[in-house]
Amino acid sequence: MANIRELDVNGTRRRIDADAGRTLLSVLREDLDLTGTKYGCGEGQCAACTVLIDGRPARSCITTVGAAAGKRIVTIEGLAPEGKLHPVQEAFLEADAMQCGYCTPGMILGAVALLRSNPNPSDAEIVSGMNGHICRCGTYPRIVRAIHRAAGKGGRA
Amino acid sequence: MRRRDFFAAMGGGIAVLLVDDAGAQQGGRGGMNRQMPQDVGAWLHIGEDGVVTAYTGKVDVGQNSRTSLTAAVAEELRVPVASVRFIMGDTAFTPFDGGTSGSQTTPMMWPQIRRAAATAREMLLDLAAQKWNVDRASISIANGKATYGSHTAGFGELTQGQKIVKTIAANVALTPATEWKVAGTSVAKIAGREIVTGAHKYPSDTKRPGMLHGKILYPPQFGAKLASLDQSAAEAMAGVKVVHEVLAAPRAGIGSDVVGVAAPDAETASKAVAALRAEWTPAAAQPSSNDVYTYFKQNAEGGAASGAGLIPYTIAYIAHVPLEPRAAVAEWNEGKLTVWTGTQSPFGVRRELMEHFQLPEESVHVIMPDTGSGYGGKHQGDAALEAAILAKAAGRPVQRNWTREEEMTWAYFRPGAVIEVGGKANPDGAIAAWEFHSYNAGASALRTPYHVPNAREQFHQTKSPLRQGSYRCLAATANNFARESYMDELAHSIGMDPLAFRLKNASHDDRLRAVMEAAAERFGWGNRKKTPNHGFGMAAGFEKGGHVATCAEISVTNGAVKVLRVVEAFECGAVINPEHLRNQVEGAIAMGLGGALFEHVEFAGGKIASNRLSRYRVPRFADMPAIESVLLDRKDLTSAGAGECPIIGIAPAVGNAIFDATGQRVRSLPMAPQGVVGGAGAV
Repeated sequence: MANIRELDVNGTRRRIDADAGRTLLSVLREDLDLTGTKYGCGEGQCAACTVLIDGRPARSCITTVGAAAGKRIVTIEGLAPEGKLHPVQEAFLEADAMQCGYCTPGMILGAVALLRSNPNPSDAEIVSGMNGHICRCGTYPRIVRAIHRAAGKGGRA
Repeated sequence: MRRRDFFAAMGGGIAVLLVDDAGAQQGGRGGMNRQMPQDVGAWLHIGEDGVVTAYTGKVDVGQNSRTSLTAAVAEELRVPVASVRFIMGDTAFTPFDGGTSGSQTTPMMWPQIRRAAATAREMLLDLAAQKWNVDRASISIANGKATYGSHTAGFGELTQGQKIVKTIAANVALTPATEWKVAGTSVAKIAGREIVTGAHKYPSDTKRPGMLHGKILYPPQFGAKLASLDQSAAEAMAGVKVVHEVLAAPRAGIGSDVVGVAAPDAETASKAVAALRAEWTPAAAQPSSNDVYTYFKQNAEGGAASGAGLIPYTIAYIAHVPLEPRAAVAEWNEGKLTVWTGTQSPFGVRRELMEHFQLPEESVHVIMPDTGSGYGGKHQGDAALEAAILAKAAGRPVQRNWTREEEMTWAYFRPGAVIEVGGKANPDGAIAAWEFHSYNAGASALRTPYHVPNAREQFHQTKSPLRQGSYRCLAATANNFARESYMDELAHSIGMDPLAFRLKNASHDDRLRAVMEAAAERFGWGNRKKTPNHGFGMAAGFEKGGHVATCAEISVTNGAVKVLRVVEAFECGAVINPEHLRNQVEGAIAMGLGGALFEHVEFAGGKIASNRLSRYRVPRFADMPAIESVLLDRKDLTSAGAGECPIIGIAPAVGNAIFDATGQRVRSLPMAPQGVVGGAGAV
């Protein structure tokens, strides 16, 4: 397979030289030093590695870099590019919706994608939309509150 | 840099060293000419620029100790939270610490840090009194400044470039909880912004110039021994360094051999390990997760207790599953070793490394960035040791980040257990007899908090087929499950309400009764209405300085349990941070639901079958009940830790609710391993 030479990450074209079969997670973390995207399980079960690809949430640990090439990738580092926090980031802080915070980047990107497709979700819609994400510290009820809070502030972004 | 060098090199300003010795020499001006005390519990430095830096060997793995300890400094030193910086878990800069465990940061370190800060504040008052030549009582300190009439001075101005070092004893007076202004409030998580922006560097995010990636070849089963190794194919791969080292002491299950590779990238490291040709001598026959409970009793030291009339409960092994697996980067420079790693015991990891490499203390530096959780699961230095061995051989820094499968196989587990209980209640509700035998769980919460005459309670050591270790509240969860379930059985045996039965037998313990009454009131225990397939249950307990009572409402549909609502009352003395305390209580309930209902390690023949998240279910959004926490703030009591105790109530409360709904007593954790109650785990 040909190597991938370029990725569109956080609005910037980044030069890379990566085997197309490598995981997007590995390329983001190792080649581009975007370590906000986390490894949690390597099998798409925990969603700590969630990024947005063309606006949709994707598990970067089971997405090849070849499949992501040519598409718009947004990582947690791209959510507050000018230093102004995204409403979902602000809502997570206001709701104290984290403990160790390791799941938080993936949670936030999952929540951003959820609010884009459903700007004012019910509790049940948040639960079903976010159920693929694991927070081992168990801050789930706070994350639900944070998503409601962001929705109230126009968290669509 | 060594601690002494650090103070020698510090700029002007105040350093306060707190020693845990009432006879400590009172220090004075003149710097660090005398010997550093060996038993410093905490220290704090105020620079000429007014920046306050505090140091502790404790670490933050998500329990928000960084925030609570920062609030302690802000409170006693009268400075804004934002002006305090905390160095935590760095063996070169912080006082020695035995590890972050047992909910000890709040009862032990929090007052020490406060005393150091209070001492610094009193010194600043003295300096201000000298500067303005006025009575110190006329000076106020607030918001990082000393003020006398129209005069104000920042802390840096007061020290005027001097180095002032003071050694103090641990008995300095502290601000009482009733007068707290910062402590006792919901100070926001320190560095929360770094977390939501992805900027925070967790241990697994550490990078060093020229860094290689490490991978280890583990045995095919617990206890298998390396018979032969052909590393030629792996060594022939470009950029790959193969290492085979033998440890002085074997690691439980893994053994003495450390066989691994360092490679330019993780993919190559994986290929190189796959190219190692090893032969293994299989281990002797081992029990499986199905027959381990018999094994515990058969191997009990001094023999098992006679089982006449005792009711058995079983507790499965469970995994911590920290979302960030073990991770380390090791780097050698001129014979000195630096390691960045996620651990609850940086000084313990330093000792492991010193012993293996035969190095003195000053040659090993362990740095612990705030880590992606621990839950008692990150006390050992496996990843650090592996990284250091590989880095030494490769002559380059090496990153050794464990995969999820490695984490769920070669880390240690919360012990499985058998607990046998017997007892009798008189018709009036008094407990007339109590016998409790706990095999392998551990001794925490072995003793009942209820008034019981002639209790016989015993912890039995036995053998464990799996590597086991500490876990959030460890044995207290297991022992409390058996005790509180059996208390429910006793209450039903005499037709007494389970709350009334507990209250009657807790007449000597105001704090325990208070949490039970608070939880019951919020829950509406007295007004609960029985409907088909619905059940209500409660449980209470005491552990690590905290008192907890939990009420649960559940439904059971075709055996599937849904936890609908949980109310938990918790009291751990004076509340330091209400929002973070609620977060801990809620999180403990969420985590405890996993062990209560479905988490269990499956193993057979020395192999872990539940070695990944698709094979080991942890709680998710859809498992969450409505959770309400009731905090009892006892400003008259010293603060206790809160990371553990809130987890012990949920399993028995749910189990008792299942009995209420179905008439079926479930005496095994988890209670619904395959999604439904019934049929599991009997001895």
